[in-house]
Amino acid sequence: MSERAHLAVVGAGPAGLAGALAAAARGVRVTLVDAAEQAGGQFYRQPARALGARRPEALHHQWRTWERLRDGIDRHLTAGRVTHLTGHHVWCVQREPDSFTVHALRGPAQEEGVTVRADAVLLATGGYERVLPFPGWTLPGVVTAGGAQAMLKGGLVLPGRTVVVAGTGPLLLPVATGLAAAGARVAALVESAGPGALLRRAPALAAEPGKLAEGAWYAGRLLRHGVRTLSRHTVVEAHGTDRLEAVTVAALARDGRTRPGSARRIPCDTLAVGHGMLPHTDLAETLGCTLTGTAVRVDEEQRTDVPGVWAAGESTGIGGAALALAEGHIAGRSIAARLYGAVPDPRSWAAAARARARQRAFFAALDPVYAPPAGWADRITDDTVVCRCEEVTAGQVRTAAGPLGAGDLRTVKLLTRAGMGWCQGRVCAPAVAGLTGCPLTPGRRPFARPVPLGVLAELPDA
Amino acid sequence: MVGAACAWYAARAGLDVRVVDRGPVAGGTTGAGEGNLLVSDKEPGPELDLALLSARLWAQLGDELGTAFEYEPKGGLVVAATPDALTALHAFADGQRSAGVVADPVRADQLPSLEPHLATGQAGGVFYPQDAQVMPALAAAHLLRASGARLHTGRTVTGVLRTADGTVAGVRTDRGDLHAPAVVNAAGTWGGDLAALAGVRLPVLPRRGFVLVTEPLPRTVRHKVYAADYVADVASDSAALRTSPVVEGTAAGPVLIGASRERVGFDRSLSLAAVRALAAGAIGLFPFLERVRALRTYAGFRPYLPDHLPAIGPDPRAPGLFHACGHEGAGIGLAVGTGQLIAQRLTGKTPELDLTPFRPERFESCEEHETSGDSEDFKDHDTDGGDTP
Repeated sequence: MSERAHLAVVGAGPAGLAGALAAAARGVRVTLVDAAEQAGGQFYRQPARALGARRPEALHHQWRTWERLRDGIDRHLTAGRVTHLTGHHVWCVQREPDSFTVHALRGPAQEEGVTVRADAVLLATGGYERVLPFPGWTLPGVVTAGGAQAMLKGGLVLPGRTVVVAGTGPLLLPVATGLAAAGARVAALVESAGPGALLRRAPALAAEPGKLAEGAWYAGRLLRHGVRTLSRHTVVEAHGTDRLEAVTVAALARDGRTRPGSARRIPCDTLAVGHGMLPHTDLAETLGCTLTGTAVRVDEEQRTDVPGVWAAGESTGIGGAALALAEGHIAGRSIAARLYGAVPDPRSWAAAARARARQRAFFAALDPVYAPPAGWADRITDDTVVCRCEEVTAGQVRTAAGPLGAGDLRTVKLLTRAGMGWCQGRVCAPAVAGLTGCPLTPGRRPFARPVPLGVLAELPDA
Repeated sequence: MVGAACAWYAARAGLDVRVVDRGPVAGGTTGAGEGNLLVSDKEPGPELDLALLSARLWAQLGDELGTAFEYEPKGGLVVAATPDALTALHAFADGQRSAGVVADPVRADQLPSLEPHLATGQAGGVFYPQDAQVMPALAAAHLLRASGARLHTGRTVTGVLRTADGTVAGVRTDRGDLHAPAVVNAAGTWGGDLAALAGVRLPVLPRRGFVLVTEPLPRTVRHKVYAADYVADVASDSAALRTSPVVEGTAAGPVLIGASRERVGFDRSLSLAAVRALAAGAIGLFPFLERVRALRTYAGFRPYLPDHLPAIGPDPRAPGLFHACGHEGAGIGLAVGTGQLIAQRLTGKTPELDLTPFRPERFESCEEHETSGDSEDFKDHDTDGGDTP
């Protein structure tokens, strides 16, 4: 090809940045397309510049890694090898005979259509939080754990004064410590997994000493802030009339049921709740990439099974920033070689491949520990709203799956409208799956975000 | 939907009914349908007769169960952009009126009172009060439930049982045999496969359509509104992409925009060309839609037969086998009439419509002609047969 090969990277978090960096360093022209105003993704989310934060690193772990990434990208930006399209929300990537078209929306209301043509695509679309419903979860004052973290990192604001952090998963620790360090009173950290479950997986986890040290570091910080950790506990209800006033937590027995008499009420104005993460796979699914479970399937080079499409980071399976960096780096190197017709030598990324293997093993061991507690769906009362966009209750979902004969998420959606609203089922699908016993399958979302009809009508010819 | 309607009317006629589906309820084309119950787009003939019968039956069901599946007798408005198109539309409506359709001419200056947000500059239109709408998946699920038929979902028919003299005696499934003196093939777009299991040929083929669904809006589109050229597209035999906008508000709030038509086998991948044409056409009718967001789009596969009429009735090639499939894009609307006719035939009554035009064996004589151009579709069908939408 006469011009330099052109790679579009969707997502400017750790995976996308590492991929862009590795490819740009090897002669590929890169366009980085990202919804945020600044690079970093959720993990390295930066305070808005206007806020003039003096020490943003106080809210971050692994700040050095971020500085190296940022400086590397800055050099390529200056040299014109990387173009960074900020505030661009990608709604579809389309495969053409010899190229790809990335369709994005920009502008204050995401009303303007933009297209980017590229020879290859790296999908680094990250993940999103899984939140399982419980009575009262729609009260103002209940936020996602990641949402609370984003407010803190991006806006330098606290979601409330007295916070309970609850759910399950490795995200809860940094969220609780971050909130405490920023001055919130963290009334409790409520984790449904028990410490014993972690110990039983100790060999796999010990293979990643850095991660354990990280966990110990957070635990120490929690102690210093006097945060009470309630393991093998769950929030059974959030209380309040106009907004959150308190939560009831209860201890979990081995079978997942709550222990009788263990319920206690904790006053709070904010509940930050999360139950792990799910991969963003909409763009990959529409491109025709094969998914495994809820994640994009990739090979050793991070290639999907659609030629010209690579994927890295949380979209290929939840595994955190260190794994995303390793996968992004490998993808970038593979792309650089393949775009110029060469077969890459995996030995050139051996260190990244080792890091990838370790991180994947670590998260594979962690995954069952941080699974939602057995019986969580049974605790959702029939009048609890499950789909907030369409205001569908747990009772309606149960009716659809029972007497009306729905056997999968799509049919439950058709019969109840659960998942038909603004979020297109991203929030409620895990809950609906749990309530009905249907497998959690990734939804088919040809539009990864809502698109004005005017933008669709003006699409350029393929 | 057709299967649910057959179950409903057969059960009401006193038969013991079982419904078998390899997927869930409404898992096929029903789940991808808009729920149009239209008489307005049909020219005089057997399909219009079936549509008129169905419109009456839907109105009865609407009284009985209608709120459960959002039955709305809201009427359809067909608009013509040019004087020529209006002349053609009026001639078309004249023919329909003689067949029993209520079709009221609407002058250009009367259009705003029917649809305040319609684009200005239209030549005129025709209003069809008999057009209506249901939410198809809910209609199928609630009819099935109310029918009392036993439902076997997630169960795949793998064979048709025949007695020594060739009479159909039930179906073989992946989870055991179901014995019955009559089997109704309501497999929609996959009806040809089921017919093949009984050793008979029924050339049902898929014609893909995309639907765009907008964000929920307050009621801004009051009727089912479409451009006069939609009728030509419905009747067209072309394999290429054809789009003419059909715009309608729904009880739940979103505006639905159909309807593209193309013959591409069972290819579900997104066609931005189809979506673009739908969006442009809808904005042409309702300019305010330009700033409204589409939340999703999906494809469905209309089951069509070469002469664009469904197959309804007994199959003389396999005694005991009845067909109720191939309704193309009108299956939701025509389902209830079809179910009624099938139930009448199953119980030995004289069907209230002549079934001759719908004879399933009518393609036997022209086999050579029919198969030649469509073999590609069949190939797709085989490889993708497991992917019930």
